[in-house]
Amino acid sequence: MALLEIRDLHVGVEDREVIRGLDLNVNLGEVHAIMGPNGSGKSTLSHVIAGKPGYEITGGQILFRGENLLRMEPNERAAKGVFLAFQYPVEIPGVTTMNFLRAALNAQRKARDQQEFSTPEFLKRTREVAGSLNIPQDMLRRGVNVGFSGGEKKRNEILQMALFEPGLCILDEIDSGLDIDALRIVASGINTLRSPERAMIVITHYRRLLDHIMPDVVHVMSKGRIMKSAGKELALELEASGYAQFEDAA
Amino acid sequence: MIAVQETVDRVKRINVDQYRYGFETLIDSEKAPKGLSEEIVKFISQKKDEPAWMLQWRLEAYRRWLTMTEPTWARVDYPKIDFQDLYYYAAPKPKKTVSFLDEIDPEILKTYEKLGIPLREVAMLEGVEPMPGEVDPARRKIAVDAVFDSVSVATTFKAELKKAGVIFMPISEAIREHPELVQKYLGSVVPTSDNFYATLNSAVFSDGSFVYVPPGVRCPMELSTYFRINERNTGQFERTLIIADKGSYVSYLEGCTAPQRDENQLHAAVVELVALDDAEIKYSTVQNWYPGNSEGKGGIYNFVTKRGDCRGANSKISWTQVETGSAITWKYPSCILRGDNSRGEFYSIAISNGFQQVDSGTKMIHLGKNTSSRIISKGIAAGKSQNTYRGLVTAHRKATGARNFTACDSLLIGDKCGAHTVPYIEAKNSSATFEHEATTSKISEDVLFYCIQRGLSQEEAVGLVVNGFVKQVLQKLPMEFAVEAQKLISISLDGSVG
Repeated sequence: MALLEIRDLHVGVEDREVIRGLDLNVNLGEVHAIMGPNGSGKSTLSHVIAGKPGYEITGGQILFRGENLLRMEPNERAAKGVFLAFQYPVEIPGVTTMNFLRAALNAQRKARDQQEFSTPEFLKRTREVAGSLNIPQDMLRRGVNVGFSGGEKKRNEILQMALFEPGLCILDEIDSGLDIDALRIVASGINTLRSPERAMIVITHYRRLLDHIMPDVVHVMSKGRIMKSAGKELALELEASGYAQFEDAA
Repeated sequence: MIAVQETVDRVKRINVDQYRYGFETLIDSEKAPKGLSEEIVKFISQKKDEPAWMLQWRLEAYRRWLTMTEPTWARVDYPKIDFQDLYYYAAPKPKKTVSFLDEIDPEILKTYEKLGIPLREVAMLEGVEPMPGEVDPARRKIAVDAVFDSVSVATTFKAELKKAGVIFMPISEAIREHPELVQKYLGSVVPTSDNFYATLNSAVFSDGSFVYVPPGVRCPMELSTYFRINERNTGQFERTLIIADKGSYVSYLEGCTAPQRDENQLHAAVVELVALDDAEIKYSTVQNWYPGNSEGKGGIYNFVTKRGDCRGANSKISWTQVETGSAITWKYPSCILRGDNSRGEFYSIAISNGFQQVDSGTKMIHLGKNTSSRIISKGIAAGKSQNTYRGLVTAHRKATGARNFTACDSLLIGDKCGAHTVPYIEAKNSSATFEHEATTSKISEDVLFYCIQRGLSQEEAVGLVVNGFVKQVLQKLPMEFAVEAQKLISISLDGSVG
């Protein structure tokens, strides 16, 4: 059984069909890259898997560990192990990153009937992970993403991913707005989280990120469908020839 | 206040016609008929066994009130109140016969459950740190459980306060036992002629708290209405008077955090604070009156006059309020900064949901030299509510070096509510420094989704964002109050989104 199984998915936004019959299987331990031009439906796909409101599922299904994901609330999906690293992480003034992380982590653990972490245990874990991502302690005491640079925001996403230990990580343009150094830190954070117990879907426009995170499979998405799937060499091919051929085909 | 509702129900059941034969019958039954007249004022005063000067004071207020009209400048909308259609006196039924849980609305019980407590009084104490000199806080919990049946329990606190010289008692008792203090200070901050509702209160006030802290005394405990639960049945017109004599300090908590099931009731309370030289008063309120039902029916009309007078040099008065209840809130806890170097503070969280209307804020009136004030107001509007901050900052001609900082932030949840900020700023001398900042923001779908994607429920997400927004003010509340207020905020906003 695949970790994530998407069958003939159709999604509409305001009467417009943006995903038009998409199939995707992701197994534990795999890293999938989804590439494609703007408006191809990449971000929509990530939102629909995570359960963002505002999309109409007009057909198909999404199974996660064999369970119907579309019937679950977004927070249930999170507790089951679906994690979305946002392209544009939001700011939450007055709520320290530390408090936010603890509230979220404990909510997930509670939903899974697990014991909440004790404060010292939580602090220790968080500090360790933050250290490995070059996240300074004072950042954890500031409001969530408030006054963070682009790179800090993305590192904060990876920090959460590491803490929550999800089964499926969806990274929506995690590379956007990052300079080379920031990209390297983020990519190495992602790489340390690769595990046989976990799968990742990396959504990106550019090959650049895939130089750091070697995907097992590369998909090309266009006009709401996956047009081609192949090994990582596909990313190279795309860089040379562009997306035009797939757009024509669709 | 549950007994009050009961009394109201009981009064409602009475065939009013039986009273047309004379007032005496009424005295026997301890109830006054509907409406307000000099007779009713006299009746109340007589019931309270008041001295002649007090009756005179009430009657003057009543006569004054007849000449006044209701204020209409606030941004609130409600049907005209028929003041002759209200009860102004009803003796509360003795507590012993109240079987508590049976009389509470199931909806309210649900709220209690959400708070994680069977009764508010229990909750209040569970989170409380031991008081100075108290070895075992659990003992106190038992003490308050017993307070419903026994007045003697309350007196143990009175004894401790008495040792410190602090007078803390119902104002009706203070009028009899400390007439010199009451006469000196009552109405000295909010005069009987002050405004329509305060004047009405002066004529008919039922009861309230009286506090006097002698010179140089730091009140050994935080004073709260929960000490006097038996004496809480003060009806719609509460009157509170707190005096901090030279160099003293007192912190007073006014808690009505249990949801109150009073329908369409007018509450017109008056609170007066007097701080003499070097004295400090900290007054905290968590108000959770019944806000009306989901269609906007019922709820409390809360027309309150709260004012503090920094009468002495270097004195300080600080108001902190968390307002989540009432159908209509009309409330401006204010400071008169009369003493040189005196300081006034106002920290407020006003939350409106459903059809609630809030028009609240403060007045900082700088009269003395080098006086300073600080206003931090956080308004949160959800549902179809309207939330207005109305504030006045004024510096008198002689108030040289006056300083004020004001920050008013509004948060909107949903798109059917409104937030409004109406600041009035007047400086009559050129050395005053006034700063005003205001922001309005909205909890966006994106922020909510971000939190929910991380595992929080919708309610938890709203609660988290809102608590972040109000943090600055919550920090000003005494610890046990802050915890309760935080829970209350989440509950008030339940179901406000989506």
